Amino acid sequence: MTVGTLLEVEDLTVWLATRNGPRKAVDGLSFRVDSGEVFGIAGESGSGKTMTAMALLGLLPHAARTSGRAVFEGRDLLAMKPRELRDVRGRSIAMVSQDPSTSLHPMLSIETQVTEHMRHHLGIGKAEARGRAVELLSTVRIPDPERALKAHPAQFSGGMRQRIAIAVALACEPRLLLADEPTTALDVTVQAGILRLLNRLRQERDLAVVVITHDLGVMSAVADRICVMYGGRTAEVGPRETVLTHPRHPYTRGLLDALPHPEGGAATLRPISGSPPSLGAVPEGCAFHPRCAFAVDSCRVDRPEPVLVGSDHRLACPPDPLGDTA
Amino acid sequence: MTALLEATGVAVEYHRTGAPPLRAVDHADLTLNRGEILGLVGESGCGKSTLGRAVVGLQRTAAGEIRFDGRPVAPLGLRRRPADLRGLQMVFQDPYASLNPRRLVGDQVGDGYLLGGTSKAEARRRAGELLERVGLPADAVKRYPHEFSGGQRQRIAIARTLAAEPSCIIADEPISALDASAQASVANLLVELVRELDMGMVFISHDLSVVRQIADRTAVMYLGRVVEVGPTRQVWSEPAHPYTKALISAVPRADGAGVLPVELPGDVPDPSRPPGGCRFHPRCPVALPSCADDDPPLTILRDGRSAACVLAK
Repeated sequence: MTVGTLLEVEDLTVWLATRNGPRKAVDGLSFRVDSGEVFGIAGESGSGKTMTAMALLGLLPHAARTSGRAVFEGRDLLAMKPRELRDVRGRSIAMVSQDPSTSLHPMLSIETQVTEHMRHHLGIGKAEARGRAVELLSTVRIPDPERALKAHPAQFSGGMRQRIAIAVALACEPRLLLADEPTTALDVTVQAGILRLLNRLRQERDLAVVVITHDLGVMSAVADRICVMYGGRTAEVGPRETVLTHPRHPYTRGLLDALPHPEGGAATLRPISGSPPSLGAVPEGCAFHPRCAFAVDSCRVDRPEPVLVGSDHRLACPPDPLGDTA
Repeated sequence: MTALLEATGVAVEYHRTGAPPLRAVDHADLTLNRGEILGLVGESGCGKSTLGRAVVGLQRTAAGEIRFDGRPVAPLGLRRRPADLRGLQMVFQDPYASLNPRRLVGDQVGDGYLLGGTSKAEARRRAGELLERVGLPADAVKRYPHEFSGGQRQRIAIARTLAAEPSCIIADEPISALDASAQASVANLLVELVRELDMGMVFISHDLSVVRQIADRTAVMYLGRVVEVGPTRQVWSEPAHPYTKALISAVPRADGAGVLPVELPGDVPDPSRPPGGCRFHPRCPVALPSCADDDPPLTILRDGRSAACVLAK
């Protein structure tokens, strides 16, 4: 793994246009992704994790606005002109989305879809692109790649389609892959294969991957560092093992407690009371305070900022009620 | 003791134009006792939802027999459910689709009572009680489904099911469409209701870890068949069927250890052309040469466990 920061996001804020005016979907988010690492962004639906990825790619819905910086290989993605961003997107930064049946075009052959942006970005000829497509499909373990090129997405299973979508993303040898819930639509057996594939690609190609998922089991399997988001902000960010075995934020603790226990045992699950805030209805102070069992008066007023509490471990919870148990 | 729900040798075929019929469920057996939660797990396309729909009578069967409380379950036509089958009810996956967006929640929940011959005012009053029982405010009666979150809607759908005073519930992926924290609370609610009302529940899910937590017994399906069934704890700690073992080791654990789950190579075969012999043999890591020819039936092992594998002891 090479050391070095590939992407540095500072104070990213995303406003989405709603009927009642602009509302913050992401609110002052900062994180970094090192080259060759898998960085996980975890959170429930509506926590702003997908909007973060969309902001980096310049794919936000119309009328959305951003502020802050996202420096990728020395250039600020948020300040780029659409034309410049088009050269980065699909080439240096690629994306894999949740549902391969919508991210692949149903009427185009696999060959067209794997080769089109290779030819666009790299300016190579049809025959060369085809050769590389065969290599890519065998990298992602599609049986009989030559024949697969002539086929259409409907001829493959969900897992195979997600492998093809990953091949499409890898075509221009990106430095960063954004994977938004890459295995959520898949069965566990198929999910295991995709997670292994992502891990292998990271090792073989020195590829950095941002995995966005609500599934902490998936996080635990592949991520090196994890950022837990709540209400568009960072709750906690740190190394995988620290965050999952000694969580310091009550929200992280709650998410872990809500999971079925690995050893069975207790008969009931322990849910977090209440539900996550909706867009534009994020509470004052700490966004999590209405659901937090440890909330004190200052939590209702002061907005917590992530501060360093351990080795590469940042926490946005000043009372730090779980600090002693860590 | 007779079982609350018993399915023997059930087969369901989907007929398609220009193609041979697809056997989504093929000789599946299932029993459910009163007060028991049976988890039904398997990959997508294994036929678990189809089997669930067949046992409540929503799906015509091609073969086999289904008995509820000793009486045969006939497939529902356009007519209303016969009175002796009202105790058999279903909870669906998507509460956005299973509730009518244009009717008041109280009216929808009260339907079950109206069909049972209760007066309108009484039905509404009891609907209010049920909504409180599933953890919603009493004024929910006078509101519409869009005013509630996904988890709350699923609670409404559950209340609606309870109005028929069921003794057996088939819940098809009832928490899959919900957020993590809502999943836990709706799963807890279902468990509580089963215990409190002494019902039986078939809990269909692709999420093995939830099934492990709440089910008394677990049935594992592969390609239209039940390949293993037994007490959840034993099935999990020492799976008898290699497919069960593969499913369990594919579940990632949120323990921070960074262990990659084990991959089960290959895809679920096309159910219209199942492989000969044991249906799992092309993907099975421990298959014997004979597995390509012999199709093992679900055989009783011990301690209430059964498996369909020649190697199971």
